[in-house]
Amino acid sequence: MDPIGFGIVAACLLLSAMFVVSGKNLVHSVLWLAVTLATTAVLFVMLAAPFLAGIQILLYTGGVITLMLFGVMLTRRHEGVMIENESSPSRRLPAAFTSALLFGVVAGAIRKTENFPEGPPRQVSTQEIGNSFLTEHLLAFEVLSILLLAAMIGAIVVARKMDHGQERRPVRSRVPRAGEELTP
Amino acid sequence: MTSIAPVLLLSTALFAIGIYGVLSRRNAVGILISVELMMNAVNINLVAFSRWHGHHLGQVFAVFAIALTVAEVVVGLALVILLYRSQKDVAVDGASALKH
Repeated sequence: MDPIGFGIVAACLLLSAMFVVSGKNLVHSVLWLAVTLATTAVLFVMLAAPFLAGIQILLYTGGVITLMLFGVMLTRRHEGVMIENESSPSRRLPAAFTSALLFGVVAGAIRKTENFPEGPPRQVSTQEIGNSFLTEHLLAFEVLSILLLAAMIGAIVVARKMDHGQERRPVRSRVPRAGEELTP
Repeated sequence: MTSIAPVLLLSTALFAIGIYGVLSRRNAVGILISVELMMNAVNINLVAFSRWHGHHLGQVFAVFAIALTVAEVVVGLALVILLYRSQKDVAVDGASALKH
């Protein structure tokens, strides 16, 4: 891995991540998250994981960002695209302290560790990953697909559930049948 | 570059930024975005170790982690929409009202 290239990618990642958590506009935060995830895909290519880079682009920058934008747009309160995303000032300082503490502890542990694996021995091929999915990790693979199905059904059930009939409109009565009179 | 340490430091920094976002945001979607950042840091770690060990297991785990993240985002956004419906607001301060 090229040190200069890694430095550029790391700088892009950290900068865009900063913008994600500090932006005032939620739409901009989501778009910066897209930049972060795409840069991560570049990092995956540099780490010789092209399959994961593709997955990252397809699922994250394609799917998750779209979902997030939908979530932002569906829950906005104001007109236009400015959606307030203020971090509360009373929480900002403890949050910064906690994350700095976490970074300090983990970075110290990384610096002290000596017996890291020695250098990249060989590249992992996509064929190995696919074989591994359908042989040794077959059970986990199937459980994961059931989990995705459950998450999908659960999301539909949760999002459809209205509370106390506030916004509930009976779906059937919206479209009048043929021959039926339109009553106001 | 022959050492894995810079990659680990990078992912630690990303994780810390995500922690900051989770703790400081009030908007529920903002918190979900920060959780995405943290998940991303974990994936970088998994792929880096897969590369340095020359073993495919790390990448297999990363694929599982990505799929789990997507499931989490789907359920989380459904909850956010539910929160918005019941309160007309997505600040997490009033989210305990969802208990009923």
